[in-house]
Amino acid sequence: MTVTVNGRPHETEAASLQDLLEELGFAGRKVATALNGDFVRASLRGETVLNDGDAVEVVVPMQGG
Amino acid sequence: MALQFYGAEIGSRLMLGSALYPSPEILRRSIAASGAEIVTLSLRRETAAGRESAVLVSLIEEAAVRVLPNTAGCHSVKEAVTTAQMAREIFDTPWIKLEVVGEEDTLAPDPFGLVEAARILTEDGFQVFPYTTEDLVVAEALLDAGCKVLMPWGAPIGSGRGLNNPYGLRSLRQHFPEVPLVIDAGIGLPSHAAQAMELGYDAILLNTAVAKAGDPVAMASAFAKAIEAGRQAFEAEPMAERDMASPSTPLVGLPFSMPES
Repeated sequence: MTVTVNGRPHETEAASLQDLLEELGFAGRKVATALNGDFVRASLRGETVLNDGDAVEVVVPMQGG
Repeated sequence: MALQFYGAEIGSRLMLGSALYPSPEILRRSIAASGAEIVTLSLRRETAAGRESAVLVSLIEEAAVRVLPNTAGCHSVKEAVTTAQMAREIFDTPWIKLEVVGEEDTLAPDPFGLVEAARILTEDGFQVFPYTTEDLVVAEALLDAGCKVLMPWGAPIGSGRGLNNPYGLRSLRQHFPEVPLVIDAGIGLPSHAAQAMELGYDAILLNTAVAKAGDPVAMASAFAKAIEAGRQAFEAEPMAERDMASPSTPLVGLPFSMPES
């Protein structure tokens, strides 16, 4: 299936959001996630199933004013 | 009385943004020179950040400041709420500087979206610092939505124009004497910050004026002094302004004058 990760298309067979993060190399890193515009807390990533066309956001701390 | 935001006592009335500095090291030294206890941060997509984020996080942890995450760049209630929720998890704080952009040229806050997002976030347990205007009606609505701090702009973000509407800001201060009020955005010079503090504002949130100065570290120090001086002046109760002169030197006993009968 194809999902978008941070706005870019990404081919994956990841069953869950957690699997996708591991596939992308984010495992163990301090990131926050949203799926289709809704926040997904870290504890729920494992049970959050991905579907074709889903939009995933993965964010990290950055400078801000 | 000490400044408090949502029950947290804050020693420094200067709050510093972390963006636009020439290097992480200059950011680190600027935070130290400013004496700020609160530093704003944001969230961005991982692909755009990489190692930069890890450097920033360790720098902020070492500076031992409180983090005030923002929702900068959000144009809708939904984006702002989701960003706030992600920020709470990442930074482990209920604080959120709530920005909902309403207009591109001025980056003016969208007051309707702001109030709605503030209400949703407050009900979700957030402690909201709304980036707003000096409008009294919007301020009232934000307080009604549960905000216990207001952050009106001095001028548009990054403009450095100072206080565009001193009358409106004075009115806001007088109308809400008990609410912590922070001037957020538009400050360009230490004198602007001092002016806001003299009006009775509780704190100043700065970023570009320090980060884009030729010497950010020195400018951070200059702002710290101006903000402290402005606060001291406010507490000392400035004299009343008048239109005509009033001699400061006593007239009694003035040579060449007629003695008073």
